[in-house]
Amino acid sequence: MMNAIETHDIRKVYQMGEVEVEALGGVSFNIRRGEVIAIMGPSGSGKSTLMNTLGCLDRPTSGEYILDGEPVASLSDDQLADIRNRKVGFVFQSFNLLSRQTAITNVELPLRYSGNSNGQRRARAIEALKAVGLEDRMTHRPTELSGGQQQRVAIAGAIVNSPAIIMADEPTGNLDSKVGKEIMSLLLTLNQERGTTLIIVTHDPIVAEQTQRTIRLRDGLLEKQS
Amino acid sequence: MTVAQSFLEALESISGNKLRSSLTVLGIVIGVAAVIAMLAVGRGAQESITGSINSIGTNLLVVFPGNKDQDIFRPLTVRDADALRDQLTAPSIEAVAPTLEIGGNVAFGGQQTSSQLFGVTPEYFQVRNVNLAEGEFISEEHVLGRASVVLLGPEVAQELFGHADGITGETVRIEGKPFRVIGVLESKGGGAFGSEDNQMIVPLTTAKARLMGPKSGQTGERVDAIYVQAAGGDVVSQAMEEIGQVLRARHRTADGADDFTIFTQQDLLAEAESITNVLTIFLGGIAGISLLVGGIGIMNIMLVSVTERTHEIGLRKALGARKGDILTQFLTESSLLSLIGGMIGILLGWLISFIVGQIAAANDAPFIPVVGFDAILLATIFSAAIGLFFGIYPANRAARLEPVEALRYE
Repeated sequence: MMNAIETHDIRKVYQMGEVEVEALGGVSFNIRRGEVIAIMGPSGSGKSTLMNTLGCLDRPTSGEYILDGEPVASLSDDQLADIRNRKVGFVFQSFNLLSRQTAITNVELPLRYSGNSNGQRRARAIEALKAVGLEDRMTHRPTELSGGQQQRVAIAGAIVNSPAIIMADEPTGNLDSKVGKEIMSLLLTLNQERGTTLIIVTHDPIVAEQTQRTIRLRDGLLEKQS
Repeated sequence: MTVAQSFLEALESISGNKLRSSLTVLGIVIGVAAVIAMLAVGRGAQESITGSINSIGTNLLVVFPGNKDQDIFRPLTVRDADALRDQLTAPSIEAVAPTLEIGGNVAFGGQQTSSQLFGVTPEYFQVRNVNLAEGEFISEEHVLGRASVVLLGPEVAQELFGHADGITGETVRIEGKPFRVIGVLESKGGGAFGSEDNQMIVPLTTAKARLMGPKSGQTGERVDAIYVQAAGGDVVSQAMEEIGQVLRARHRTADGADDFTIFTQQDLLAEAESITNVLTIFLGGIAGISLLVGGIGIMNIMLVSVTERTHEIGLRKALGARKGDILTQFLTESSLLSLIGGMIGILLGWLISFIVGQIAAANDAPFIPVVGFDAILLATIFSAAIGLFFGIYPANRAARLEPVEALRYE
């Protein structure tokens, strides 16, 4: 099984009152395991909808989606939650950390929902924080960390459950270019070391250049694959 | 997520917003404190009434003339009382005290007061557990000689003399007639049936001959009540049977058509208990309303909290939290809030009960609020249940949030 992601004719239709809006109009593509992919497109192109679908946050209206060998297009809410927990690591533009919790507790959070013992959680969170180079900031709260450090904590949280894919939504969007570069190289390093498939949603061409392949969306359809 | 984890997270969340949490909890605190205090007051009232019923005698039965189920009325007489003294027909009866109950004015010097006046025989003091602070009881000779002697309750003595001791030997005027004070009753304090300290006791024959006069009592041997002491706690119902048999034979009434009524102390206790239970439920119910209001307060704050933390809920869901996880998280939080409020409320209610007791004691009222273990248990369970109940709606709302929508919410 070579593909981390297989999609066949994915459509997503939103009901806006009386009007139906088609956000995705039949999208099919595959992403190989270990691949680094950029998803680009102007706003309104269906980028976010595609990311939500690939991240199992939302279900397509129709079509087939196979993530890491499991068909997930028609799973229940709780089953999707389980898939997200085990197979998807999220990195968001605005870091999305719990501000009252320490770095290590934030990293542990996904493990809390997968039934690990306290000891296991702690060990794996420490390991993940080491992987992003934050072993000396483990008990700091997000407000005591720089933007780059916060994003590193988020990345540690994304890899802590050894997911099949990492969905990064504009991971460098809130960072200055120097720190942005560091975060990009961290993500690429983790991809090489661990072989985790990396999908980056971005409209920054510099970020897209560092990926192996770019999927471009326009008006809910694939524009071209390069 | 395990229970311990959600408990810790709930604790963190509650302590993370201390002012809000304490204001939320305040509603429950007041509610639970009110319930605890009211139940304690109710229980205290019950024990006070029970105590005063017990103080009117030991193994006591009271026979009154008339019966609410019958139209015929035939007074009880001294002869009825004499018949009850027969050890052959009524072996379970220890002592019998026929009693007249009338009111009377009493004066000493310029002071005047009115109080209950009992005409009794010497057995009365044994049957009714009457003790003297000074002086002597009314004796057989007093009764036979229709002596103009009187025992004063301490309150009456206080009214007339300004003090309740050292007045034996004084002469007071009852209905204008001179009576020699032969003693003062021991103070029992105010009871459930009015103060037993505000009374006078004279010999039965004296009351009849000198105080009632021909105008009030044509039936010469009539008495108002016969107090009976059973030979022991275990023969009270037998004594009741025997009284019934003797009186039915004397009055020539059929079985089931009694023209008299017998109360036992147990009847009175049961009656009083049912009354105080109603009182307790009433007070507790009113207090329960404030608990309800407190619960609505929790629901309100939980709803605000869910809205505020929509983004956090979205994040948790993105990371793999199931509906049940989110539901548990918020339910734990609301129950914990409510439970903490309940604990503080129990302490506060206890304190209030204690203060009420102190105030009562300072006013010489024989009333001690009792905080029962059952009330504490009830309040604890009830407060947690309220948190749970009023947490369901907000928690459900949180659990049903769509992760995409929730993540977008700022």
